[in-house]
Amino acid sequence: MDNLGLVGMISIFTAGLTIGLGAIGPALGEGRAVASALSALAQQPDESNTITRTLFVGLAMIESTAIYCFVVSMILIFANPFWDYFTQQTAGG
Amino acid sequence: MDLLDLKQISPDEVVFWEWRFVTINATLVFTWVVMFVLVLGSWLVTRTLTTGPTISRWQNLLEVVVDGIRREIAGIVQERPERYLAFIGTLFLFIFLSNLLNIVPGFVYVAPTASLSTTAALAICVFFAVPIYSIANEGFLGYLKNFLLPTPLMLPFKIIGEVSRTLALAVRLFGNIMSGTKIVAILMAVAPLIFPILMHALGLLTGVIQAYIFAVLAMVYIASASRAREEEREEELLNQHSKLEEDEQKPTRAQDGVSDHG
Repeated sequence: MDNLGLVGMISIFTAGLTIGLGAIGPALGEGRAVASALSALAQQPDESNTITRTLFVGLAMIESTAIYCFVVSMILIFANPFWDYFTQQTAGG
Repeated sequence: MDLLDLKQISPDEVVFWEWRFVTINATLVFTWVVMFVLVLGSWLVTRTLTTGPTISRWQNLLEVVVDGIRREIAGIVQERPERYLAFIGTLFLFIFLSNLLNIVPGFVYVAPTASLSTTAALAICVFFAVPIYSIANEGFLGYLKNFLLPTPLMLPFKIIGEVSRTLALAVRLFGNIMSGTKIVAILMAVAPLIFPILMHALGLLTGVIQAYIFAVLAMVYIASASRAREEEREEELLNQHSKLEEDEQKPTRAQDGVSDHG
């Protein structure tokens, strides 16, 4: 297989793998966080403001790992620098 | 979504006008659109402010927004929120509006927050706001002392934390908004009937939540820079209180003793 095909294949495969694996971890983490926040809310409804705000901040922190994976996979698919390089090479050579 | 080609992931790449080294791209144009809407709207509303029993609808809206932001800030810092209101409120309103303008019909628009340059600029504002507020609160030495607490061993990690959280702030907002835009664009190419609208609605929800989270995180970072100092102050206060109580208790015991003897 030539370089271009190899780069395309591995990029797409890795992009899928990245977003797949990157979704599992944050999903488990967010599930745990929401579960504990719900039990905390059930025990202390008066503190709902603080708990909700802390939950949102925590969720944002957890979620950012998934977002990093998403950004990486988007770059692999849409803005892959190696793909551009090899298309230029094939066009030039 | 016609503006952003499927292959482009940032509105920086959409160039409207170019002259030598001056480039006007979509990010700049739409940032100015958002700023224009915010400034013009606020100016129009605040021109006719009244304190009477009846207020205009727009003033009511603005009061609700400002009061909501004030209460959120007050919940985090536990002090008077006016000092932080301008900065945090501006951040929130700018991100909020730039994520929300997507729904205006017939207006080809890409949120400026879908570009890493905009979000990085906002995050850098927060990066500099933290020491500025902290120095204003407790002086330059107090700010530097925060880095050495609880032990000086933590110094490198604290510095890394300052930089990495700024990066995380920028990439989180960029990733969320960019993913919303991108998914709608992909769906437009694949199934353009109803699904793009659903994803658009979801994108609006994420946009609002991300604006909230960005503002809250900025506030938390600013507040946490002066938190160690606050704890010290509270401890001092507690110590003083316990001393006072002891002082109060001593005479009463003596009196009790006197009365017993009597």
